[in-house]
Amino acid sequence: MTTRTTKAPGRVAGGIGESPLRPDGVAKLRGEFEYASDLVSEGMLWGATTRSPHAHARIISIDIAPALAIGGVNAVLTADDVTGRAAFGLEHPDQPVLAGEVVRYWGEPVAIVAAEDEDTARRAAAAVRVEYEELDPFVDPEEADAADAVFRRMKIRRGDQEAAGPVVVEGFYEVGMQDQAPLGPEAGLAIPDGHGGVDLYATSQFVHVDQEQVVASLGLRPDQVRAHPAGIGGAFGAREDVNLHIHLCMLALHTGQPVKMVYDRSESFTGHVHRHPALMWYRHEADEEGKLVRVEARIVIDGGAYASTTAAVLANACYFALGPYRCDSVAIDGAGTRTNNPPCGAMRGFGAVQVCVAYEAQMDKLAAELGLDPLEIRRRNALASGDVLATTGQVIDTPLPVVDVIDSLAAMPIVEPDFHPLPGGSGLTTESHHVKRGVGYAVGIKNLGFSEGFDDYAQARVRLTAEGAVVETAAIEVGQGLVTVLAQLARSGLGIGEAVVRHVDTSRIDSAGSTSASRQTQISGGATLEAAARLRERILEHHEGDQLDDEGVWRGGDLSVPMAALVDEGWEETVTFRHPDTEAPDDDGQGVVHADFAIAGHRAVVDVDVELGLVSVVRVDTAQDVGRALHPGAVRGQIEGGILQGVGLAVMEELVIEGGVIKNPNFTDYLLPTILDAPDVEALLIEQDGSWGPFGAKGVGEPPTISSTSAVVAAIRDATGKDINRAPVRPQDIAL
Amino acid sequence: MMVTFTLNGRPASARVLRPLSLLDLLHDELGLPGSKAVCEQGECGSCSVILDGELVCSCLVLAADVEGSDVTTVEGVADEEILNRVQQAMHEAGAVQCGFCTPGIVVAATELFERNSNPGPAEIKEALAGNICRCTGYGAIIRAFEGLAGR
Repeated sequence: MTTRTTKAPGRVAGGIGESPLRPDGVAKLRGEFEYASDLVSEGMLWGATTRSPHAHARIISIDIAPALAIGGVNAVLTADDVTGRAAFGLEHPDQPVLAGEVVRYWGEPVAIVAAEDEDTARRAAAAVRVEYEELDPFVDPEEADAADAVFRRMKIRRGDQEAAGPVVVEGFYEVGMQDQAPLGPEAGLAIPDGHGGVDLYATSQFVHVDQEQVVASLGLRPDQVRAHPAGIGGAFGAREDVNLHIHLCMLALHTGQPVKMVYDRSESFTGHVHRHPALMWYRHEADEEGKLVRVEARIVIDGGAYASTTAAVLANACYFALGPYRCDSVAIDGAGTRTNNPPCGAMRGFGAVQVCVAYEAQMDKLAAELGLDPLEIRRRNALASGDVLATTGQVIDTPLPVVDVIDSLAAMPIVEPDFHPLPGGSGLTTESHHVKRGVGYAVGIKNLGFSEGFDDYAQARVRLTAEGAVVETAAIEVGQGLVTVLAQLARSGLGIGEAVVRHVDTSRIDSAGSTSASRQTQISGGATLEAAARLRERILEHHEGDQLDDEGVWRGGDLSVPMAALVDEGWEETVTFRHPDTEAPDDDGQGVVHADFAIAGHRAVVDVDVELGLVSVVRVDTAQDVGRALHPGAVRGQIEGGILQGVGLAVMEELVIEGGVIKNPNFTDYLLPTILDAPDVEALLIEQDGSWGPFGAKGVGEPPTISSTSAVVAAIRDATGKDINRAPVRPQDIAL
Repeated sequence: MMVTFTLNGRPASARVLRPLSLLDLLHDELGLPGSKAVCEQGECGSCSVILDGELVCSCLVLAADVEGSDVTTVEGVADEEILNRVQQAMHEAGAVQCGFCTPGIVVAATELFERNSNPGPAEIKEALAGNICRCTGYGAIIRAFEGLAGR
């Protein structure tokens, strides 16, 4: 046997640690990038959806004749036309593909139509005559909890349940329903293949699970449905659940023609799930030094009409109910309720956001009670690697730089921005002598990847081709920059500078899992790096080389196999990457439930017009635990974007629901932060080795949203001196 | 009715048979997908075009009303270059994520820099206050244009 010494890949231009430009940037800047809503196909029909105008009603009859009588209408389908499983759902299939007997939320789909053009399709959808018997909508989460109408209950008990401390603070907190509001609407195109199967190109965060659900509800064989990644205009959790996917495939197979559907904005607000609104009761007990002795909480999140991911969101809310703090006596009770409100599910932060509003307010109350600095009380309780998570008892064995985050925030100077408008904007609304400045801090924790024993994996393939290394994946690019970072990992793993990412459909590669839970950089990234490194090793072994680069294989300083010859040999490597095993919790919520964690802290500075109740968020500074920043520019992009969504939840973003009806399903009434609302952001990245992600990288997408909302609410409390315990903070919460 | 106008410097015409917005005419009838339908009520700026020198939301303009007008969309801002200076600045600053707001921001910023080559931070923010971006938090967008100002 010969001994061969290979050199590590050299530093590759465009590899990890650099911030290469987005490969899709030019197309997006020129307006040429193809989103799902831009797709066209010859002979294409347009689809539209008939939706319930009631939050709760019995369907007496559905008459499709008036819709079919309209010229240019090709099909009108109802629940009777669902040939396979009648219901779908990300975790439990409880949501009817089309409601047949009862509608359980406002905007629930009842019928779908296909017609020659979009206007005709919409007219036909409106012409379907549905007779309803209205029922009382069941909309109060506390009543639902009392009636045991729940998707899941959580009970966490850890430590001595009789423990007590001399310093006690209690509070009730409320978080409103936030919408992801991705700018790209739900859209898709389904093309029948002429042999009873269908190709689906639609907005999604997880094409393999879409494919499974289409297969189930259409009663097809798995090989008959191919779900293709399509161009996505943002997601933030809104695209995890199926909405138009099954409908499009039904219409395409029924008509034998391609069918396209695009939701308009108000329909989008009913067509995807929202962030769960939450009600939270907390009691913290501490010793004289401010160390937590016992924490009790009751957490109710409203899942609305159907299950979606409520069970997992509730669990997350309960697991992170104390935040990144130590405590040895914990009692948490949670309920994810079932009502006739709009279904809620995944949104960036996934349950960890809501509880942070509560636990960080509690920490501030404790600090005030003890006369401690808000950062000092957090420092005294800060979790660290090697500690146990207060709720689950899991030993944390990856880096957890809570103290570093706190110390970094303390050390960052507060810089006055070059320009910042008064709370009321540029007009004559706010008088400057009514403006009070406030500063608030918050620190948040969240799990990375899927938890509770879920088999969380991603497959990626790396091939050597004439255009360089090609990464094949079904991992969805939603805007975050996965297409950039996977190419970087392929470059650094192979030692080759030319690398691109190609999305392939569900028939050509195994699942990458969902683009959610901050997981793709770690998991699809892990698969890509491992595939690239193995491919490099195999090539060098086969050719007995010591180095591989863009020119080919080198041996003893000579080019022994040029790249063109390697390409002809057809090298490829496919890897399925899994994160460390997790387990389901026991009856007391105990166990190794999570694979990894990330920490971020925020300091918000606000100006508040205390007379009018208006808030201007001046700046939000942050320190974030990122493991290793593979693309520092994209990490900063996630941090700034996540902070602004947190600011939105703190001061303006709330779906207003009355009797189960969304009162503000449009961008005039559902307020989103504009550039004038955006605070200046200084971000410090804390890099530490030890996580299992590629090169020690941690997921970075969600941590910026966890505590930014809480920090802003804390700053408003500081400015006003008012005991404000809800997000978003409304003018009446400040001025009345 | 036939509508005849100048689109990105070239003559264009379209038969408009129904109440159609300029956005729908551009996106669905004339094959220019860059202008994006997002809110369709003039709140988000994703469909921004320059109409006779004015920045407008094309979702709020009736197609029939552009008769004889001059319309510039994102597809027409770069002349012969691949990217104009506004686009290039955004690309380099990492100001593009999902990209759905990007064409509207390109059009709005191109209009800003054509009338003022050295805008200050306040002018940049005021000029882009009608464009909603849900991904970036605007930080990279502001850095792109502050870097371009005065160059």
